[in-house]
Amino acid sequence: MGKPGTTKNRKIARDICVVNTLGLHARPASLLAKLASKYRADITVRKGNDEVNAKSIMGIITLAASQDAVLHFTASGPDAEPAIAAIVELIEGKFGEE
Amino acid sequence: MPEEETYYGIGVSPGVAIGTGYLFRPDTTAVPQRTITAEQVEAEYARFREALDASRKQVVSIRERVAREIGEEQAKIFDFQIHIINDTHLAAEVKERLAARLQNVEVVFTESIERYIELLSDIDDELFRERRTDIRDVRDRILTNLAERRPRGIEELPFASVIVAHDIAPSDAAMMERGRVLAFATDLGGRTSHTAIVAASLGIPAVVGLHDLSLKVRSGDSLIVDGNRGIVLVNPTEETIEHYNREIFRIKVFKDELAEIREEVAITTDGHRVVLSANIELPEELENVRTNGAEGIGLYRTEFLYMSRDELPSEEEQYEAYKTIVKGLAPDPVIIRTFDLGGDKFVSHLDIPFELNPFLGWRAIRFCLERVDIFKTQLRAILRASVHGNMKLMYPMISSVDEVVSANAILDETKEELLREGVPFNERFEIGAMIEVPSAAMTADIIAREVDFFSIGTNDLIQYTLAVERTNDRIAHLYKPCHPGVLRLIKMTIDAGHEHNIWVGMCGEMAAWPAIAMLLVGMGIDELSTSPIAVPKIKKVIRSIGYADAVDLAREALNSHQAEKIAEMAAERLRRIVPELYEHELGSS
Repeated sequence: MGKPGTTKNRKIARDICVVNTLGLHARPASLLAKLASKYRADITVRKGNDEVNAKSIMGIITLAASQDAVLHFTASGPDAEPAIAAIVELIEGKFGEE
Repeated sequence: MPEEETYYGIGVSPGVAIGTGYLFRPDTTAVPQRTITAEQVEAEYARFREALDASRKQVVSIRERVAREIGEEQAKIFDFQIHIINDTHLAAEVKERLAARLQNVEVVFTESIERYIELLSDIDDELFRERRTDIRDVRDRILTNLAERRPRGIEELPFASVIVAHDIAPSDAAMMERGRVLAFATDLGGRTSHTAIVAASLGIPAVVGLHDLSLKVRSGDSLIVDGNRGIVLVNPTEETIEHYNREIFRIKVFKDELAEIREEVAITTDGHRVVLSANIELPEELENVRTNGAEGIGLYRTEFLYMSRDELPSEEEQYEAYKTIVKGLAPDPVIIRTFDLGGDKFVSHLDIPFELNPFLGWRAIRFCLERVDIFKTQLRAILRASVHGNMKLMYPMISSVDEVVSANAILDETKEELLREGVPFNERFEIGAMIEVPSAAMTADIIAREVDFFSIGTNDLIQYTLAVERTNDRIAHLYKPCHPGVLRLIKMTIDAGHEHNIWVGMCGEMAAWPAIAMLLVGMGIDELSTSPIAVPKIKKVIRSIGYADAVDLAREALNSHQAEKIAEMAAERLRRIVPELYEHELGSS
């Protein structure tokens, strides 16, 4: 085991609050799935007890995450860190909408 | 004799239709059931992949058709469906289930998708629940393709019916044709449903949110759908029918008047000439330009060559597209706008990094000046097409004169290359700048020295000037085309252009609003370019007004302080001149 951060398959978790007005409706959900799919890491997103694959638009849309919902993301894989960073930027940047 | 009954809903698409009802129950494809062996899993999954491919092609083609006939905004509705089809997780889930359940793919796919629909059914938020319509639409399409049946569609309905349904899938609504479908009335749906948007764009009267109408009506019932008032009359009395017939007749008379002036030019009653052109996105739209009586193409959006596909279009491919349009419209002018990529126009294969604020980001001319390879390929194709007719070139999103100078330098380089290669092109055609950034409007006098014309792009100009994104519901009310700030920038641009002896046009949506068109004419605009279907209406406006009256309106508007007052003032004045425009909701046709 190496030091944290140097292991190959890092696992990171992060809570992100949905800030855009309409929440993860069709277009933001598409953007999120598209962004997550760019990374090799396995990425999941949980809202309450529901957990879905963040690369799946069908999964994301069924979370029905509206404004102010808190989403728990976990990513594991070599690029977990940049993946989470990019997702934070996308969601906190309100999907470039507002 | 059954009694007349009135049902109240939400009018989502204006207009009135009287006709025979047809109860539309989309063919909910019966799901065949059979067991499979472990060895058949691969083959079963391959069948599913094929159905996905077929479905993707169909939805992409619907999307293209909607983009072409209705507009890019409405076409975006289908992006969600395309994303569902492309959902690799969903496909992987189906594959896993196939192996676990050893049932045919129709069964396991239906199970998977039903689970998602159920999850969405429990949600309070209408925006999310509404998406079930899209998911069901995709489900039925995939099942139909698995059954290798012809895709079902509303286009197969009996001619000239009033469609009554529990719900209508967006792709069915998009395939409706005026004439075949007179109107539609549905139990479900709200103002924001995709179906409502598509119907309004097609100009088919529609009332939604009628609760249980589809249970009360039978095919063959006599119906009136009044999209203006949001009501549906079942078994109307003679008297009611007569009343509505008179209304329909008045609307028809006005539409006939519009058709009569199709071949006429846009000239005011006191002889002031304005050029009326159309905006298009695809070569297939050429016919719409002609049938609506436009004098040319004021904006040909070339970025559509780039969208819904996986690789960059080659020079040859671009040349063919440009040639079709330039040649098809010759000797009338065609303004080709160079790629306006980036911003909201998402192109996955171009590797444009994610931007927090794409509208202020690396897009349009900014992108082209850096990706000279892509820009030059387009310019070569445009230059080669220039020999086939009357072509003009326009650069999008100019924010300072430097960009025009740089773009022109690349254009000159490209010309030299073609010259060396002995490839023919037209030496002299007009070059214009799109004025859609406030800084460009404010320095229009500087930019005017470098170009032959301006075309004002209002969607972006308004958004940038007022710092308002109109798709954001909370602030959409701040999006005001008649804001004095916007009007001043427009006036500034027109005046600077005229001072330097170049013509100034407008290719944004603003040009398609009758009262604003009158205002713009009064401000001195030389050309208005709108979607093809708006051309007849704007032509009617210009042929009805006096230039002196329009100038007077513009003077009054530019001295006013409030956007609402200006909009009202313009509408009031036009109402006095062309009351028919206001007496009836004419829809988008």
